[in-house]
Amino acid sequence: MNKKSNFISFLLIVPSIVLVAVFVYGFIFYTFYISLTDWEGLSLHPSISFVGLRNYIKLFTELSFQRFRQDFFNTIYYSFFLIGFTLIIGFLLAVLLDRKMKGENIWRNIFLYPLALSFIVTGTVWRWIFAPEGGLNVLPTLLGGKALSFSWLSSRVSTFHVDWFAFPRLLLLAVFIMFFLWGANALFHKRYKKMGILGAISILSLLLGCLYSPHSRVFTHFLETSAAEWKGFEYATIGVIIAAVWQYSGYAMALYTAGLKGIDVSIRDAASIDGLNSIQFYSRIALPILRPISLSVVVVIAHISLKLFALIMAMAGPDNGGTSHLSISMFLQTFRANQFAEGAAIASILFMLAMIFIIPYLIYLYSQKRNTA
Amino acid sequence: MKKLLFILLMVCMQVSLFAGGGKETDLAKEGTPTGKLEIFSWWAGDEGPALDALVRLYEKKYPDVEVLNATVAGGSGVNAKAVLKTRMLGGNPPDTFQVHAGQELIGTWVVAERMEDLTTLFKKEGWNKAFPKDLVNLLGTKEGIWSVPVNIHRSNVLWYVPDNIQKWGVKVPESWDDFFKTAEVLKTQGIVPLALATNWTVMHLWESIALATLGADDYAKLWNASLAFDDPKAKKIWDVLDKVLQYTNKDASSLSWQQAMDMVVSGKAAFNIMGDWAAGYMATTLNLKPGMEFAWNASPGTKGVFMFLADSFGLPVGAPNKTAAVAWLRLIGSREGSDAFNPLKGSISARRDSDLSLYNAYGQSAAKSFQKDRIVGSLTHGVVSNENFMSGFSNVLEGFLKDRNTTFAAQATQSLASDTLLRK
Repeated sequence: MNKKSNFISFLLIVPSIVLVAVFVYGFIFYTFYISLTDWEGLSLHPSISFVGLRNYIKLFTELSFQRFRQDFFNTIYYSFFLIGFTLIIGFLLAVLLDRKMKGENIWRNIFLYPLALSFIVTGTVWRWIFAPEGGLNVLPTLLGGKALSFSWLSSRVSTFHVDWFAFPRLLLLAVFIMFFLWGANALFHKRYKKMGILGAISILSLLLGCLYSPHSRVFTHFLETSAAEWKGFEYATIGVIIAAVWQYSGYAMALYTAGLKGIDVSIRDAASIDGLNSIQFYSRIALPILRPISLSVVVVIAHISLKLFALIMAMAGPDNGGTSHLSISMFLQTFRANQFAEGAAIASILFMLAMIFIIPYLIYLYSQKRNTA
Repeated sequence: MKKLLFILLMVCMQVSLFAGGGKETDLAKEGTPTGKLEIFSWWAGDEGPALDALVRLYEKKYPDVEVLNATVAGGSGVNAKAVLKTRMLGGNPPDTFQVHAGQELIGTWVVAERMEDLTTLFKKEGWNKAFPKDLVNLLGTKEGIWSVPVNIHRSNVLWYVPDNIQKWGVKVPESWDDFFKTAEVLKTQGIVPLALATNWTVMHLWESIALATLGADDYAKLWNASLAFDDPKAKKIWDVLDKVLQYTNKDASSLSWQQAMDMVVSGKAAFNIMGDWAAGYMATTLNLKPGMEFAWNASPGTKGVFMFLADSFGLPVGAPNKTAAVAWLRLIGSREGSDAFNPLKGSISARRDSDLSLYNAYGQSAAKSFQKDRIVGSLTHGVVSNENFMSGFSNVLEGFLKDRNTTFAAQATQSLASDTLLRK
């Protein structure tokens, strides 16, 4: 009987397994395969040949792909700021609601409402708000002040400059320092096996970093120029970040509110009997309890930050280099330049960036399960 | 029984052979078109009425055909091109579609073997003589002719308001050096010397500057790879552009080309370099009088050269209703069709025998230049380079607008060209 019902339930999920296998995982691998070819996409009788990592090397080194490299930086900055601000603002809003402020329900709905809008609507509204000759910039004139001159989305100013071609070296150096300290910590706790692995990784990254020096031709022979290519944080992205934070901090707030509601009254009572003020309560007791919520907010916002395509298209259009994003690079390279293989390579890089966020989450979930089991 | 089957089989094969063999003659076949005709274009909004006039003419001539006017809005076809690509790849092509004549069509669809050769149609309709030779050469490759031009636009035009220019006490610049002197005078009066809009209008400005600094011959050499983009001569384009950009509005990248034109009309800016669809915008939408309330010149340093772009229609492989599509192509290539469309669109006819009395002051002057000027193709609007180069070049420009590194921009363009223009 049990066997039979197992079989039936298996039958029932077979269609979705097949669909997911083909249309999600199948196409992820197909995209990765395409990125290793020279397929241009539109030909009626295409001749596709395997070219290895050529597309990736082109993207990372060729002069005419400087836009891609700026977008790579932008994407990381977008994710970083979007996650950071959404968490902080969402949590603060949740705390305000938790303080039993007046009209709690109304405020909750107001903060949650932007979530119901599509990115296209949000983008259009904020584009008007950030128009250099109107919106936010002329707001001070209503109070008799001077109009602001910051050009928001069309700004071409950037800061925190890093030379792209030195960037991998800096990254490897950072990895070395991180793993070295981690390894030292393991040594301190007398966990020698762990220390061995971490030490090996740190030495490996140091070696790679040395290979990638301006004097070594191991990596640099791909480069067409010896000039530095400065990449940094674009001020134009600030507008997009504000719009996205506006839209998603309500989401974080909703999750945190639910979490705060779930904290047992006895814990609150214990905290107040022990003489904790509310700042101490929220930062030292509520936040650690809500860690699983923070984590799921991070994962959700992280993947949204990689899908900002619609918002940026609506706010600044595809050709605004300052606000651009890897997903826009991918779209343009595929459907405007007709280079499907190069587009697939950008898509694969975007996918790997998503993995950076997802894998720690999965590891965390797995370790939680092991701890409770 | 077996014999009968064999005979039947033979008959079937014969029939299919005949049916298959008809491909070449299809284009020249008269026949009465019936059924549905789907016309795919990005002519909505301001440009809609011109297309409607053509469609009405078609429906009068071929009442049995139901015309489906499939427009996807968006300037320069930004959205339409992406929709077209998904349709073509999905094996669902429209009967005919609008496309910029030249390399934009050739580099995208002709090399993909998805277009029908129209040489026989050109011969039958006498278009080889009706259109200027320079134009027919740019429409075709060694293998054939790929589209029928419906209009001609000029890219290198400088627009201004005569009264304002007089009021500010300056002259219309004949060269870029002139422009820099004029610009200094305008700047002291708080006027933006040159209005600029979003990214593609910078590319539009670039091609006008390129034509002025290189001259028509060297400009053409860029596109057949006999002049390198990082050659000192070509690098000078970037130096001039760098200097010109100092005299443009700061909020350019958030403006549309119409908003940049509005700056000139309202007297906030003195000049604008834009294609001559701007004449249609000012004459029709803003209701200004050509020659009086707005005026034009060749962009600085390009007098006597007509940088053109053309919209055209082609015949995709696998078009569902070929007879009706060919009838459409014959109509737009005819004098009647061309003169119904162009006065409304604000462009001029590609034919040399068009009726000039139908056009406004700007149209007549442009048509005269088209007859006698040297003709070169536009980069921004798809005549001289494929989409791969155009897309990459707009990225290079975006990078240049940010860091203003002329050497880097020239090198990056050359790297891009060797990757995209010379392949194949």
